[in-house]
Amino acid sequence: MAQATRVLISLLVVGLLAALPATAAAKTEVLWWHGNTGAVGDRIAEIAKKFNDSQADYEVKPIYKGSYPETLAALIAAYRSKTQPHMALIFEVGTQTMLASGAIVPVFQLMKEQGVSIEGADFIAPVKSYYSKDGQLYSMPFASSTAILYYNKDAFRKAGLDPNKAPATFDEIEAASKKIIAAKASECAFSHAWPSWTMVEQMHAWHDQPFADQDNGFKGFATQLRVNGEFGVKVWDTLARWQKAGLYTYGGRTNKAEPMFTNGQCAIHVTSSAFMGAVTRDAKFEWGSGRLPRLAGYGQGNSIIGGTTLWIMKGHKPAEYKAIAQFLKFLGDDEQQAWWHEVTGYLPISQSAVKKLEATGWFKKNPNYFTAFDQISSGKTTANSQGLRLGPYQGVRDALEAELEEVLAGKKTAKQGLDDAVKKSNELLKEFAALYK
Amino acid sequence: MKRAVFRNRWLPYLLVLPQVVVTLVFFFWPAFGSLRLSLYRSSPFGDRLIFAGLDNFTRLLGSADYLQSVVNSFVFAFAVTFGGLAVSLGLAVLANQKIRGLALYRTALLWPYGIAPAVAGIIWLFVFHPAYGVLPFVLSLVTSVRFNWLLEGWVAMLLIVTAAVWKQLGYNIAFFLAGLQAIPGSVLEAAQVDGADPVRRFWRVVFPLLSPVTFFLFVLNVVFAFFETFGLVHAVTQGGPGRATEILVYKAYNDGFVNQQLGTSAAQSVILMVVVTGLTMLQFRYAEKRVTY
Repeated sequence: MAQATRVLISLLVVGLLAALPATAAAKTEVLWWHGNTGAVGDRIAEIAKKFNDSQADYEVKPIYKGSYPETLAALIAAYRSKTQPHMALIFEVGTQTMLASGAIVPVFQLMKEQGVSIEGADFIAPVKSYYSKDGQLYSMPFASSTAILYYNKDAFRKAGLDPNKAPATFDEIEAASKKIIAAKASECAFSHAWPSWTMVEQMHAWHDQPFADQDNGFKGFATQLRVNGEFGVKVWDTLARWQKAGLYTYGGRTNKAEPMFTNGQCAIHVTSSAFMGAVTRDAKFEWGSGRLPRLAGYGQGNSIIGGTTLWIMKGHKPAEYKAIAQFLKFLGDDEQQAWWHEVTGYLPISQSAVKKLEATGWFKKNPNYFTAFDQISSGKTTANSQGLRLGPYQGVRDALEAELEEVLAGKKTAKQGLDDAVKKSNELLKEFAALYK
Repeated sequence: MKRAVFRNRWLPYLLVLPQVVVTLVFFFWPAFGSLRLSLYRSSPFGDRLIFAGLDNFTRLLGSADYLQSVVNSFVFAFAVTFGGLAVSLGLAVLANQKIRGLALYRTALLWPYGIAPAVAGIIWLFVFHPAYGVLPFVLSLVTSVRFNWLLEGWVAMLLIVTAAVWKQLGYNIAFFLAGLQAIPGSVLEAAQVDGADPVRRFWRVVFPLLSPVTFFLFVLNVVFAFFETFGLVHAVTQGGPGRATEILVYKAYNDGFVNQQLGTSAAQSVILMVVVTGLTMLQFRYAEKRVTY
C-alpha cells in the first residue's frame, strides 16, 4: 500500500509538471493547421521556418491534420470545443462554409486593425474574386492552382503526332487518342484526376456555362445546380463514348488517377497545375502541357481556382493577431510568392510576383510553369467563371462523382446521371440555405 | 452471494465506480450527444441549430442512398462472415493434421491478424489497382483481360471482402484450431469404428461439437464486418464506385465529417447503436441456448 501511494504521488507530480505552461517561451506562438503531405507539406514547413528565422518575436508552427476534408472537419471539431488553431489552410470547397461560419476574422479586417499592408496585394482577378466578398478579401490566397492538360511527348512521337502541340479541343484529344491506341504508344490515352473538379466544375466555368443559380452562389445561397443542361450532358456523353471506345480510362476520385500519367500509362491527362512538381520529379519521359480542352460552339469563360487559402480563426489574444498579420505580410512578399510558385508549381498569385518572375526569365526557362498562369490570365472572368460558392460543396462533388461512375459503368445515361446528381445536390443546397435564413 | 464479503457498505460501490465513470464518460455521454444531435439540423460550425424532430430519421429511411448502404452492409457482412468462416474452418482442419512443419504453417496462418484493417486494404489495393496493381499488370502480360474495379461495383466489393476475410483469417483459425483440438480423440475413434468415413465424421461429429466456437466467431465476424471495417473501406474504395461499397459506418462518416451534415450523420449513428444493441442481445439471449455445448 505504501509503495502504491508513493507511485501515485510521483505520477501526480509528473502530471502537474507536464501541465505547467511553458512560461519561459517569450515568443508569441501561432498554430497553423494544413492538409498537405509530401513535397507541398515540406515547403509549408520551410516557409514557416523562413518566417521564424526572419524575426525574433513570433513562432509559426505548422501542423498536418490529415487530408483537405479531414483538416476542415478537424477545424470544425476544434472550434466547437473552443480549441481552434490561429490559422488553417482550407481547400476551396470549404470557402462558403467558412464564410458563413461566423468563426473567422476576415483578412481585410485583420490587416486594417493591425495597420499592416501586403506587398503583393494586387492578386490576379480569378484568385481575388474567389476569396472576396463584397470586394473585400476574406481569406489569404496561398496555394492556388487551376486545371490544365499534360501530355506525354514520347508517346505522341511514337503515335506520329506533333510532340510540340498539345491537343486543344475535345476533337483533337479524340483524334490523338485514336492514333495513340492504334500505335500502342501507351496503354491508355486520355485520363483525368478530380473527376468533378476537372470534368464538371472547370468545364462549365471554362465554357462560360452556369454551374449553379445565384451566379454560382456568389450573389446569395445557391439552391439549384445547373449542370444537367445540354453542355454538361455533352461532356459526360463524350467521356462515356471514349470509355467504350477504349480511348479513356477512369482513374478514381481525388488525385488517385495522377500516377497513371507519371508512370507512362496514360498519354493525356487533365489535372491540377500543382501536379507539375511531381511530374517534373517522377516522369521518365518528355512531357508538355497545354490549356484545358475546348468544346466547339460554346463561349469563353475562364478556368477556376482550386487549392487552399489561409483562414484566420476567431477567439485568440490581440498579441497573437499581431503575429498573424506579420506572417500574412511575409507570405504576401513578392519574394516569397515567387519562391513558392517555383518550388511547388502553384500559381503566382499577384501581379507583382509575376513581374518579378518575368524579370528573372523564369517562365522562358520553364515554359510549362507558364501554362496555368497564361490560361487563367487569358480567360474571361464572368458570372460563371469567378468561382463556386456552395455550402455543401463536398456533398455536391460526391454526388457528381458517384453518378459519373454510374454513367461510365454503363448503368445510366449521361442525362440520367446528371439529373440524379442535380436532384441530390439540390436537397443538400436547400438544406444549407435553410439553416441561414 | 454473501454480502458479508464487504464490511463497508460503500466499498463495493467505490470499487465499481471507475468502470461506471469510464462507461458514462466514454459511452453514455457521447451516445446521448448523438441522440440529441440526431433531432437537430446543425450548421457545420454549430452557429445555427434548428430543431428537426424525427425529420432526420424519416428522410434517411426514405433515401435511396441510405437503403443502398443498408443493402451493401448486409451483403458485405454476409460475405465476410460466411466466406471467412468457411475458409478458416477449412484451413484449420488442414492445420490440425499431423504433418511435418506444422508449427510453421500455423504461425503463418495467424499472421494476417496482426495487421490493421486499413493496412490490409492497402496491401490488396497494391494487388488490384488498375494503375499500379500487380494483378492487372500480370494479366496484361498474358491476356487482354482488363478490369477496372474503379467502375465495376462488384469487383470493388469483392476486393474489400477479400481483404476483410484475409485479415480476419488468423483470428478465426486460432479459435477453430483450439476448438478442434478440444474434441476428444476417443469420440472420433468411436465414429471410425462405427464405419463413418472422414466426410461423415466431420459433418456428424466434428462440426456439431465445434458449434459453440462457430457461433462465437459468427457474432464476432458480423460485428467486425459491420463496425470495424471503416479503415479498410476508407483506404481502398471510399465507398465507390458510385455507392457500391458505401457501408453504413462509412456513410455515417462521410455525411458527418466530409459533407458536414451532422444531424443526418447523428441519426445514422443512433440507428447503428440500435443495431449493435440488437446483435449483442441476440448473442446473449437467444442463440446461445440453441448451441450444443
